Amino acid sequence: MDIDLIFKIAGLGIVISIINMVLKQANREEQAQMLTLVGVIIVLMVVIQLINDLFSSVKMIFGF
Amino acid sequence: MEIFKIVAAGILSTILILVIRQEKPELAILLSLTAGLIVFGYILLQIVDVFRLLQRMAAQAQVNLIYVDTIIKVVAIAYIGEFGAQICRDAGEGVMAKKIELGAKVIILLTAIPIFLAIMEALLGLLPQ
Repeated sequence: MDIDLIFKIAGLGIVISIINMVLKQANREEQAQMLTLVGVIIVLMVVIQLINDLFSSVKMIFGF
Repeated sequence: MEIFKIVAAGILSTILILVIRQEKPELAILLSLTAGLIVFGYILLQIVDVFRLLQRMAAQAQVNLIYVDTIIKVVAIAYIGEFGAQICRDAGEGVMAKKIELGAKVIILLTAIPIFLAIMEALLGLLPQ
């Protein structure tokens, strides 16, 4: 059970939302939007890897 | 104890999700998905022993092993389908959740067809010709 991953994603989310606030204050709406998109994609990469691991172990254990 | 780990991880991720949901709902969904996957993967390691025990008991009772394997597969499909549906419902996509549940039901039905056939054959054998 790797709890580190939860901390990593939560930290990324908090940092991104802070930078987002700063960018919005500086009237850089497009860049804030881009930042959000990049954050989501980075986390999605990690999560997809995790889903793949889970599905392959389910396949192995339940004998599909 | 395993249960303390699971509960601690759940509460921790709930608090982090609540913090993030204020600003970034899409990242909060990904975080809850990750937490769910981690807990699920942890449960999976424990559940292996249960299924091994089930298979051994079935072998001792001389039940056909195909039936036990089918039951285990149905449990797996139901659990994974429910997991996906809950993530979708959590993100506010009730329609997608219903679709996943429908898919899980159909695939469970498909998996259970050999058992249905066996029951039908047994019933037909009982009927007087």
